[in-house]
Amino acid sequence: MIQIENLTKRYGSTEVVRGVSLRVRQGEIAALVGTSGSGKTTLLRMINRLVEPTEGRVLIDGEDASGIQPHLLRRRIGYAIQGHGLFPHRTVGQNIATVPHLLNWSNREIDARVDELLHLFQLDPAQFRDRMPHELSGGQQQRVGVARALAARPEVLLMDEPFGALDPVIRAKAQADLLELQKKLGTTLVIVTHDMEEAIALGDHIAVMDKGRLLQYGTPKDLLTQPADDFVESLIGSAERPFRLLSLTTVADLAEQGEATGATIARTTNLRDALAECLWRGVDVLPLDGGGVVTLNALRTSGRGLAETQGEVN
Amino acid sequence: MVGRFLLIVLTLGLCTFVVRPEMFEAVFQPFTQNDAPAIYTQTSLLRLTLSHLALVACAVLASTIIAVALGILVTREFGREFLPLARTIASVGQTIPPVAVLALSVPMMGFGAAPTLLALFLYGLLPIFENTVTGLTNLPPNVIEAARGVGLIRRQRLWSVELPLAFPMILAGIRLSTVISLATATIGSTIAAPTLGEVIIAGLLTSNSAYVLQGGLVVGLIAIIIYEVFSSLEHSAARRLGFQMDA
Amino acid sequence: MHSDTTSLPRRRITLSPPGVVFAVIGLAALFVPIVTFKPNRIVPGDGVWITTAYDGVAGWLIVAILALLFLTGALKSLPPAVRIVAALAGLLGTIVILGHVATSLIADSARGARVSPAAGLWCMLAAYLLAAVDVLNRLELSLRARWMVLAGTVIVVVLVFASGYLANVSVMMEYAGRQAGFNAAFRQHLVLAFGSLGIALVIGFPIGVLLFQVNGLRRPVLGALNLMQTVPSLALFGIMIPIFGWIAMNVPMAAKLGVAGIGIFPALVALLFYSLLPVVSNTLVGLTGVAPEVGEAARGMGMTNAQVLARVQIPLALPVVLTAIRIVLVQNIGLAVIAGLIGGGGFGTFVFQGLNQSAMDLILLGTLPTIALALVAGTTLDLLVDALNTSPRKRSAS
Repeated sequence: MIQIENLTKRYGSTEVVRGVSLRVRQGEIAALVGTSGSGKTTLLRMINRLVEPTEGRVLIDGEDASGIQPHLLRRRIGYAIQGHGLFPHRTVGQNIATVPHLLNWSNREIDARVDELLHLFQLDPAQFRDRMPHELSGGQQQRVGVARALAARPEVLLMDEPFGALDPVIRAKAQADLLELQKKLGTTLVIVTHDMEEAIALGDHIAVMDKGRLLQYGTPKDLLTQPADDFVESLIGSAERPFRLLSLTTVADLAEQGEATGATIARTTNLRDALAECLWRGVDVLPLDGGGVVTLNALRTSGRGLAETQGEVN
Repeated sequence: MVGRFLLIVLTLGLCTFVVRPEMFEAVFQPFTQNDAPAIYTQTSLLRLTLSHLALVACAVLASTIIAVALGILVTREFGREFLPLARTIASVGQTIPPVAVLALSVPMMGFGAAPTLLALFLYGLLPIFENTVTGLTNLPPNVIEAARGVGLIRRQRLWSVELPLAFPMILAGIRLSTVISLATATIGSTIAAPTLGEVIIAGLLTSNSAYVLQGGLVVGLIAIIIYEVFSSLEHSAARRLGFQMDA
Repeated sequence: MHSDTTSLPRRRITLSPPGVVFAVIGLAALFVPIVTFKPNRIVPGDGVWITTAYDGVAGWLIVAILALLFLTGALKSLPPAVRIVAALAGLLGTIVILGHVATSLIADSARGARVSPAAGLWCMLAAYLLAAVDVLNRLELSLRARWMVLAGTVIVVVLVFASGYLANVSVMMEYAGRQAGFNAAFRQHLVLAFGSLGIALVIGFPIGVLLFQVNGLRRPVLGALNLMQTVPSLALFGIMIPIFGWIAMNVPMAAKLGVAGIGIFPALVALLFYSLLPVVSNTLVGLTGVAPEVGEAARGMGMTNAQVLARVQIPLALPVVLTAIRIVLVQNIGLAVIAGLIGGGGFGTFVFQGLNQSAMDLILLGTLPTIALALVAGTTLDLLVDALNTSPRKRSAS
């Protein structure tokens, strides 16, 4: 668990981060969103003390981070950044082994861990272990970057725009992989992004920052239905909001008894995709995996309902 | 491949000539007049070559150690105050001709190998220092950020990340310094340093073109061979890092 | 870059670390002989300290003032202008002391006596100069201000030497004895450095343009020029002698055209060979660096390939060619010294004569103007390059 208490960073007289408090529970993903200069990256970097806070404190599992030597703290916290930051003069295997090495693991343990991680990230160890970073594709480099961050089994992983250098097609896949991995490992994750779409896709909680201040901290649904102010609302984009809301609920919630023709869709499909599917196929009913259907009518009603709640809130 | 083959042939040819110059007497005979000797024999060519190389090697080794150390110092936090000035000195210093440094070291140390060594060392510092600083200040920022984020302490960052990444640049500085030192050492024979310049100077003084030619050839070949070896080292070092380097 | 440690609050009096280093050098220099006095040119001289040149209180007062100026330069909390003025005052003061001490020592002794600057004086000059440069460096002066600093420095140096105030210093005595020779050497040195540069531009620029057009020629030509650049200067200068000697003897017209194995001709050609690589490769780099869209746009407007080259690409490549001129000029001013060894004239004549006779003053007479020439040429061209790069015509591709 990460507790951030009244954290402030000043450079001279400019306040980059102003009195931010938030809490990320064990095994949760928190996304820090904001425009550039909002202080989100500085906030992230204060967690592993790459930036020293001017005021306030960070507790990692109840332990005050300022009481741990910075380099020892950082070896406990995974850190992955945009453009991966792999050491270009070291092989993939050596890169991943960096922190275990610093922690004096035995060679056997390290080798085993490197192979395990490469497997986990769908990179064949025999093929990739001894390659140099520049011989990999952008997506592979990014995965190795995350593998290096996870090498010493940190309880906390910090990510700064980890997918920023990837092209949109791979990015969606990388996000899905990260979600799956996080579920499997149960790592607490704090991720910085400027992309609200990414924050909604990944975050259990989203922190919206502007000019160093934390404007809102809540679940994606909170943000979509009850944006704290105009800035948060503009960041979400009011026109697309009903669609975003649709993307938060799965068809399983709207399943009805019935029969329909055509290919079935997964019960985990979100409402937005189901709506798109209906319009695309030109049908009123979609069959679900494992029986049952979802109707276009139900999708419409649900969408309207969401739009109205939103209207009430405003 | 052709280049490497040529380099080996040149090296072998050079070695043969330096060890047994008399074998090539016929080649240099046409350049002499009035039955002057075709091959310089006052001092053996091998001895001159070895002392020339030893002089350059000592100077470059010393310059490298000091210049890299200084380059590291001025790029650390506590040395930052010195960085702008050190940069200016390095670039202005390289405007000063190496011959001038050589000439000015005579009054300090007299004649012979010592002042030559001093001049080579002093002048050799500049390109290595400049390249070390350039290498250490132009590191990819996300790699350095990652090195901190992963929990490397300063000393570990320097030795295992910053210096290896700056290595090709430092090597280029050492190459520059070596080439300049080879040339300056040649001129060092005018202040009585035992170098291959002696052969050229003897040729100039006695109007014996054969001497001038053989001295010039040996020095020129050595310089070219060393330059090529350094270049290929640099290339392989840079390729390892995945940098694109121009020929 | 953010630092791990937070910065300390600023205190009232702060020291500049480089300033402290220079002050220490300077203060130490105060207790080392400033000049060497020789009753004649042959005997080894005796060191003269500031405190022995000026008796009693006067000497110590001067030492105290010079020390104070060193310390002023090291105080970071003072305004930069004050620190620069202190350093410059120290610089001028040191020169005044040199001239004064030389004049009074010479006046009191027999003919043929010599007073030459010694380690203490050199160190003091260096320490004040570095202190001034360090402060100037941090001011980030505008281009115009930098031109003025350069011009001011040149004017002051010329005035100091032209005033005759230093006439009793050994180097200047040496100069007085060889004024005509010095002027000739100066002329020859300029001819060597600028002449070879001019020829290199005339030959090298078209070669660079050719290499830009014909891709296949780049490797062999640049490779050959690179090899040439690697050959040590004395070797190349030396090799020129037999080659041109042979041409002068065997080609009837050549000797009439001034080709000879010894003299300025082989030196000029050797310098030319060293100049070609920077000119050719920078022309090529400049041309390839022009953004392709610019050429495309010009072609799209109906320019022929030749017009694109002449009106768009070459003008845009010029700043890079100018950096080549800087490299070549500074390099050739230095290399022209070697010409002194093969009878090519220039300041090298004094340097090697001086080395032959172990005459320090003669060595200085050759090296000091060479260094000054190289520094002025280098700085001037640096400023020109900066001016061209910051003008509105700055290349779109950086």
